[in-house]
Amino acid sequence: MDIRSSEKLVVASEDDVVLARRKVRLLAETLGFDQFAIAAITTTASELSRNIWVHAAKGSVLVEHIVNGSRTGIRAEFRDQGPGVAEIDRVLAGGYSTANSLGLGVSGSRRLVDEFRIETTVGQGTVVTVVKWKRAT
Amino acid sequence: MSVHGSIPVLQIGSTLLASIQVELRDTIADAFQEDILDTIAKTGATGLVIDITGLDMVDSYVARVLANTGRMATLMGTDTVVVGMRPVVAATLVRMGFRMEGVKTALNVDAGLALVSDLLARRHGG
Repeated sequence: MDIRSSEKLVVASEDDVVLARRKVRLLAETLGFDQFAIAAITTTASELSRNIWVHAAKGSVLVEHIVNGSRTGIRAEFRDQGPGVAEIDRVLAGGYSTANSLGLGVSGSRRLVDEFRIETTVGQGTVVTVVKWKRAT
Repeated sequence: MSVHGSIPVLQIGSTLLASIQVELRDTIADAFQEDILDTIAKTGATGLVIDITGLDMVDSYVARVLANTGRMATLMGTDTVVVGMRPVVAATLVRMGFRMEGVKTALNVDAGLALVSDLLARRHGG
């Protein structure tokens, strides 16, 4: 798999959440993703970068254009050194929230992307990596 | 017409029409909710139509604020309809598992205004 472009953003404010999702939308549009995929990956970026800001106050988002054979995709990694997630199974199941939200951010994002991985350690932080492939035309 | 933050709210008869044309960040969404409830209390509006045609993305936070605003307005006695949800937004919310429970929706502003006047007529036994 080739990484064609890579850009890292700091997430430490509400403005950064907006910038992160705009960055992902722009890349998806530039790569010619269909509008449903653009909405899916943009919404995922919004959910997961907000989680950084709300739960950890600070972190980073790495946005990459990746190519695997004939497939083009976007990989995004959301990394923080916040409190971590103790009840990860409940969070992944959806409807469980520790902050003032629907509890659909993580579980919903997982349903919107093609690949989803979460690594979390209580007291050390969380890394969520997602991949959305462009639909073959 | 009053302008609440960056979201204008128009009064048409006894109905308020709020058309969201800016990208909704969390604090703007929260302020919108407070302002719309204040405006209902001040105007005694019987209907509220929230037009989200301008939103190309609605994540779970914004969806929750919209749904809660509708439920709160309804509790106050103001029939609320959310209109203009784009196909990609509807598809994304359903795939995420979000249910807009307790909030009525309509295709566009015209249909939303018609629905609130129907609801009001029904309340008056019309």
